[in-house]
Amino acid sequence: MSENGSSAGDSPTGDDLPTPTPEASPETAEFWAATSEDRLLLRHCTDCDATFHPPRRICPECHGDATEWIEASGEGTIYTFSVMRQNFGPFGEAVPYVLAYVELDEGPRILTNVVGVDVDEVEIGQRVTIAFDDTGEGPKLPRFTPA
Amino acid sequence: MSTDTSASIAGVYEHPTREAPDKSTPQLHAEVARGALDDAGLAFDDVDGFFTAGTPRWMLSLIEYLGLSDLSYYDSTDVGGSSYVAHVGHAAAAIAAGKCEVALVTLAGRPRSEQLSPLSDGPEVPFEESFGPSPVGLYALAARRHMHEYGTTPEQLAAIRVAASEHAQYNEDAMYREPVTVADVLDSRPVADPLHLLDCCVVTDGGGALVVVSPEVAADLDRECPAVLGHAEAVEHVDGGHLDVTHTAAVDSGPRAFAEAGIHHADVDYASIYDSFTITVLETIEDLGFCAKGEGGAFVEGGTLRAPDGDLPFNTDGGGLCNNHPANRGGMTKVIEAVRQLRGEANDPVQVPDCEVAIAHGTGGSIASRMGSVTLVLGADR
Repeated sequence: MSENGSSAGDSPTGDDLPTPTPEASPETAEFWAATSEDRLLLRHCTDCDATFHPPRRICPECHGDATEWIEASGEGTIYTFSVMRQNFGPFGEAVPYVLAYVELDEGPRILTNVVGVDVDEVEIGQRVTIAFDDTGEGPKLPRFTPA
Repeated sequence: MSTDTSASIAGVYEHPTREAPDKSTPQLHAEVARGALDDAGLAFDDVDGFFTAGTPRWMLSLIEYLGLSDLSYYDSTDVGGSSYVAHVGHAAAAIAAGKCEVALVTLAGRPRSEQLSPLSDGPEVPFEESFGPSPVGLYALAARRHMHEYGTTPEQLAAIRVAASEHAQYNEDAMYREPVTVADVLDSRPVADPLHLLDCCVVTDGGGALVVVSPEVAADLDRECPAVLGHAEAVEHVDGGHLDVTHTAAVDSGPRAFAEAGIHHADVDYASIYDSFTITVLETIEDLGFCAKGEGGAFVEGGTLRAPDGDLPFNTDGGGLCNNHPANRGGMTKVIEAVRQLRGEANDPVQVPDCEVAIAHGTGGSIASRMGSVTLVLGADR
């Protein structure tokens, strides 16, 4: 399936979603810098093998310091989703759009949007692939589109 | 049932307003504090413990505004809407430890009249807010997954709103008193699929207050003072991306609170169950063990939640869904209605006869990200 929003009329949604610039902290700067190069990083603990998101330096499982960045494949499956019909602020202007938890192939479920798809076609279990959305300020937002 | 009473609830007050454009939030705190103290037969000078959360965020400014001077204990634990259920437990513990004797708990806020600050400024914010979640949207994620795993239907969720609306018709202060049907819910505007407008709680200005007292203080009052029999708290969160949105932290808080109170499910005469959204109620009923996981949909059909005759009469004030959800925080009104039921002071048609044991359960935060679940068990003062 490859509908990339080229058709007018019943256009796939999510292409006009706001792209707020995320605020990086000393702990997350590398994550956001990597997105500017179209790379999705996850934090991994070499001691207990936990892979987790959002990233943090101290492992939330074993609480050790032996954590490192790993690069995610950018492939995943929709764990759950909602078609947002109403919201406040800039996202309210962009309805309908799809809010979702995507379960990455590496394990973590991350909150994101599914874009480039007819909102009525989205399903739990659907395979998706990453579609970085440029904020114009460096970082890109890790959104997803049907694989 | 446990006979140890560490603390009792001597006074409750729910502000009758649902929209307060011309009052300040601190003024609402003062009005509800006065109301609850009057209900108990106590005065501001009797208060030596103070508990609040939310607005104003800086507790000391509110303590000053209220003129509370002789405090020996205070606690501003904020786990969202369940905070006030937690405060009852914290107050009971403080009273049992001899730290205070008369604990005042207040809630006020005006989300209809002013923008409230976000709950969190935590490290997760850039990883979530960038994708346009909303409170409804997050709960919709839970509802969708619950439907997927267990076959729960929109009609079953709607049955929860229907029961709440049938109760609300007897509450003259309720925001929405008109009974609705399943079809009304399904025909209401979709907000975040699969949740409709009528799957969502009301947005109201206002507040409420509670007075929790020691057994010695209760003994001197002319008021029925329902006892705090059990209290427990639990958390669930995103867990590094390994979350399960089909259950809440009530799976942990419920059994602990029931065990502390020494009660079983069959002992529960009335249940105040946090109802930010219909799915919140459905998952909580399962997690508290009133039915098996995944069977909440079938459980809520057929009038189970209807007072006074259903198997599990719930939210007889109309709940957050129809009556009141002041400051976007529903825990306070959950405790207040449980106390009314135990005193026999609920609205006549929905008063549960001989109500001896009630629970009040709060869910603060979001069931699709991070939540603080608090279960309180209360017993009648007879």
